[in-house]
Amino acid sequence: MKPRVLQLFAAGVNCDRELRFAFESAGAVVTEMHIRVLMQNPAALRDFDVFAIPGGFTYGDDLGAGRILALEVEKFLGGELADFHERGGTVFGPCNGFQIMVKAGLLPALPDMKVSLTWNDTHHFECRWTRLKVEPAIAHILPAGSVLPAPSAHAEGKLVLGVPEVDLRRLEAEGCVAFRYCDAQGQVTQAFPDCPNGSIGAIAGLVSQSGRILGLMPHPERNLSRLHLPDRGAGAWGDGSEGLQFFRGLLDRYLG
Amino acid sequence: METQIDAWRVELELRIDRPDPVGDSALSALQARGLSLKSLRSGRGYLLPADLPEADVALAANRLFADAVTESIRILAPGTTSDDAGLQVVVRRMAGVSDPEAASAERSLPLVGVQLPQGSTLETYRFFRTSDAVDSADFLKAATRALANPVIEEVSLAESAFGIHPHPGTRRGERVEVAIRELSDSQLLEVSVGMSLALTVDEMQAIRDFYLQADREPTDVELETLAQTWSEHCKHKTLTGPVRLRISNAAGEITEERTYSNLLKETVFAATEQLDKEWCWSVFKDNAGVIELTPDNGVAIKVETHNHPSALDPYGGAGTGIGGVIRDILGTGLGARPFAATDVFCVGLSGDDAGDLPPGTMHPDRILDGVIAGVRDYGNRMGIPTVCGTVIRHPGYTANPLVFAGCIGEIPRDCVDKETMPGDHIVAIGGRTGRDGIHGATFSSEALHEESETLDAASVQIGDPITEKKVLDVMMIARDQRLYSATTDCGAGGFSSAVGEMGEECGADVELSQAPLKYPGLSYWEIWISEAQERMVFSIPPDKLAAFQTICDEHEVECCVLGKFTDDHMLRLTWHGEEVANMPMEFLHGGVPQPLREATWQRPDPLSTPWPQLNGDAIADLLIQVLGHPQVATKEWVVRQYDHEVQGGTVVKPYQGETGHTPGDGSVIQPSLSRPEGVALGCGIAPRPSEIDPYAGTACAIDEAMRNVVAAGGNPDRCAILDNFCWGDCRKPDRFGSLVLAAEACLDVALAYGTPFVSGKDSLNNEYRVGDQEKAIPPTLLCTAMAVVKDCAKALDAPVRKPGNRLALIGHTTPDGGGSVASDLLGLPDSTVPRPDLAEAPSVFRAIYAASQACEMASCHDLSEGGLAVAAAEMLLGTTRLGIDLDLSQVPCTSTNHLARLFTEGPTRFLVEVSADQVDSFAQRFADLPIAWVGEVTDSASLLLRSGDLPLAAFDIPTLLRANGTSA
Repeated sequence: MKPRVLQLFAAGVNCDRELRFAFESAGAVVTEMHIRVLMQNPAALRDFDVFAIPGGFTYGDDLGAGRILALEVEKFLGGELADFHERGGTVFGPCNGFQIMVKAGLLPALPDMKVSLTWNDTHHFECRWTRLKVEPAIAHILPAGSVLPAPSAHAEGKLVLGVPEVDLRRLEAEGCVAFRYCDAQGQVTQAFPDCPNGSIGAIAGLVSQSGRILGLMPHPERNLSRLHLPDRGAGAWGDGSEGLQFFRGLLDRYLG
Repeated sequence: METQIDAWRVELELRIDRPDPVGDSALSALQARGLSLKSLRSGRGYLLPADLPEADVALAANRLFADAVTESIRILAPGTTSDDAGLQVVVRRMAGVSDPEAASAERSLPLVGVQLPQGSTLETYRFFRTSDAVDSADFLKAATRALANPVIEEVSLAESAFGIHPHPGTRRGERVEVAIRELSDSQLLEVSVGMSLALTVDEMQAIRDFYLQADREPTDVELETLAQTWSEHCKHKTLTGPVRLRISNAAGEITEERTYSNLLKETVFAATEQLDKEWCWSVFKDNAGVIELTPDNGVAIKVETHNHPSALDPYGGAGTGIGGVIRDILGTGLGARPFAATDVFCVGLSGDDAGDLPPGTMHPDRILDGVIAGVRDYGNRMGIPTVCGTVIRHPGYTANPLVFAGCIGEIPRDCVDKETMPGDHIVAIGGRTGRDGIHGATFSSEALHEESETLDAASVQIGDPITEKKVLDVMMIARDQRLYSATTDCGAGGFSSAVGEMGEECGADVELSQAPLKYPGLSYWEIWISEAQERMVFSIPPDKLAAFQTICDEHEVECCVLGKFTDDHMLRLTWHGEEVANMPMEFLHGGVPQPLREATWQRPDPLSTPWPQLNGDAIADLLIQVLGHPQVATKEWVVRQYDHEVQGGTVVKPYQGETGHTPGDGSVIQPSLSRPEGVALGCGIAPRPSEIDPYAGTACAIDEAMRNVVAAGGNPDRCAILDNFCWGDCRKPDRFGSLVLAAEACLDVALAYGTPFVSGKDSLNNEYRVGDQEKAIPPTLLCTAMAVVKDCAKALDAPVRKPGNRLALIGHTTPDGGGSVASDLLGLPDSTVPRPDLAEAPSVFRAIYAASQACEMASCHDLSEGGLAVAAAEMLLGTTRLGIDLDLSQVPCTSTNHLARLFTEGPTRFLVEVSADQVDSFAQRFADLPIAWVGEVTDSASLLLRSGDLPLAAFDIPTLLRANGTSA
């Protein structure tokens, strides 16, 4: 049976087409549901393996990126999502999906830690291809140390922590760091433009200790073909297969 | 002063250890105004109704408004002020100006368990605070100038408490007649001016005669409807009316004279009609042009201008500009799905070069920042990649900037046609109606002047992209279920234009009290002509209404039935049941008188200014200067603020190569990821050459748009183009003369290239009046091209690929430097502007396309601003290890001057990288066309210019990047 993905829709979601295409290319069956339908019947989640929140500007990012949908997810889906995860479900969100997951408390979900995503150091929207170094915490998805190229396209992607150094060490120790920005040589860096936002620890994505709640600022769903690479497959940005590998890795446990 | 409603203040500031870029840039802006200030913090605030319990205010502040990690909260009780806030200025929207963030906050309060008291609203504001000892009056004055837009915002000191604005005042609601039947011509004109109708004496006379015959006086809303429908903005009466062109020589003697009975029909449309391409599915009849992409799917394209609103409020004007053109795409046929956007801005010079600004004019840099942010925030929120555009800087745009916004959408073939059905409901969805953009259509049909900025604040259009995104979501579902017979967008003229156009062939009955309002108190005529954003109108069969309503409800989109389409060919408006308008559609759409307009052009004697002789060092200096010229300097900093990758189909990107620093020609977008085909988008604009020779400049602009798409792998025989004429006041014959010449160029080039125009728009009256002086912008034709790319795998981009590959220069290099960047920098007098070779150019385009299909080229770049030298440099900018060795002695040109070969900007030229093993077949393809092998790709990471064995100049890539304005 094919992995079953429930993809959330809401006012301002706008990366639904490419995310759906990525999941389908990786072998999943995707069902889209509007938050206003799902909140009436959260038990619908029980029929799915993966719950995905696409990128976009939900509710215009009014009151802060992802803030309002995060409140809705927390209020209407909170309990059902916890059960879903408990049963072995995966929650995934790129970009605005990640912002929503962080603000809804789904990531990193470590007790007493304040985490948020705030304005990039450049203080405006940045759209550019970035390189993501895979951390050991998600070795079940992609080889640790490998590089996943993906476009970043966000304004509020800088990860900030309540007690910066202490919390950073804790995120690392608990295995919650999924991706870090790196340069063309594969060296992790916090410097612009390789790191588009100035995130603490150059962190691009977080993962739960279970390994099944995963979010990141960049868009792996926009790297599904060499045609879409900035150098059109000349080699500096991989060969166009890495995005699909990532989605296959994400679905691996539900395949066959 | 109005009485404000007491309120809680919730103020949020970034914690003191966090950087505050908004505060920092405000600080520099205030310092630039001479304020001696050392520190400034910025913040945002919310006003909540005073009767909300304190616990609820705290809950809202902590759970909804503030970020727990980055922000600190200050709550001030109603009627109190803060002792320790230092000196604080507050920037707020004026009463009645839309505040989408406040609406979102109101909607979200229940999520954290807070209920707003019935009927109350909240408000947002920005503030800036300093602890420095500075005079409060000076602080307020500087902040008012530097930190706010006086058209829509008010600035005050937060020394005393302030509250929520009451709703704007109400206006009379009963039927009003305007007595015009007995008026003289001058009195008629007074009525037109007094009501801001922008109708001429001829037009007012036609209206008076109509009502004399009808034996009654018009109502106010009938006059308003006529003014909207007959406005230049909606009717394009100048370009579709009769005109006589008289051309004189330099001595002033008339040498040519010709007349057109309908200029547009006999030039731009005529080309399309004569070409009669079967792949053009819809031209010049709908909100956008549609061409075939595949047998089942078409692409719709439209480019709009939003100039006057952007001059007053750059952010809101540009945002609603992109919002408006997206609705044009939604309103094409039964609706196309937008998948790409374009933008072009024309503004004055930067920094001190801007010179003295006319009163009431914003600095061009501030206008540019505002329009970029406006397009960014609207386009990004809509999820439509902005992939194509440019920025033109020219002193002629200082007081009258131009903002062009385009949109491209995909549409199934069987959705291209639509027909309003009598008996269908007239249904409006989307945003609510307020005073936004009242008289926008008539305002844009007049020149800007000093008082333009003192308009009614509520009339400025504020965009709310998420409302439009929801409208898009609803439409795509409802379209695919065929729940409506026809649709169109509410643009200029609001409901009056949308319902008027949809009901033109049948008739319409509208009850205006049905429209949902942003606030009470609008009169019926304001509702009818309001240009409130994000609204679409539908013709919905009675049996489909419930299903349509259900989709709207699920997506939280407001939907209302305004009335019915009829079959009596009358437009009838009622207000709470009382008839306030009843007029025949025939007079509304066909009654506008069309007087003969005069156009003149004085043709200067041809001038040929020779290029100076420069040595190698001076040539090197000039290239560095050309790379930094505003026309050539990198615009990557603009493009990267736009999400040009959203939807995942951006194949050829606006900035290209390993490092992303090479500016591309056209962009290629794949609308559906599961299919190979795409479209190439390009644009051409040539105001500098057009000032010297409007015919040649326009021809070059069209050629540039074509080069863009061909260089990206687009098929020149499946290419559609669009015209956007932006001109001065064409009631003045000299302004109109250059436009007629430009239109003639459109006809000639389109016919020669076999490239039909499919849509267009004009914006006249781009003039600025200071005292008794009137200045027009340069003649500006923006040509946008869209070509089919059959297989995106064969699309092309510009960065060079491989050492050893050969470089071919395609096309003739003429020595004329008129309008070029280098001649501008050298201060040379006006010279002849090169023209495309209309017989040869199409063959060149076809040969490039054939070579792209045969995969003979590794990269391809067209020659435009800065000529050959800049093209070669740009092909290197996105690389790190490659170089180019360019031999000028191989450039075919009648002048041996190096500058002529390097920097002229003649059209129809490409610099092409050909793999060593493809050289023979490529050369064969160009056997009868101009081709020269001028260099090769090296591994030197530098650009080498030489003439035969004589080296002229060499640049490493970081030097080129710096010169171009990129910090490498």
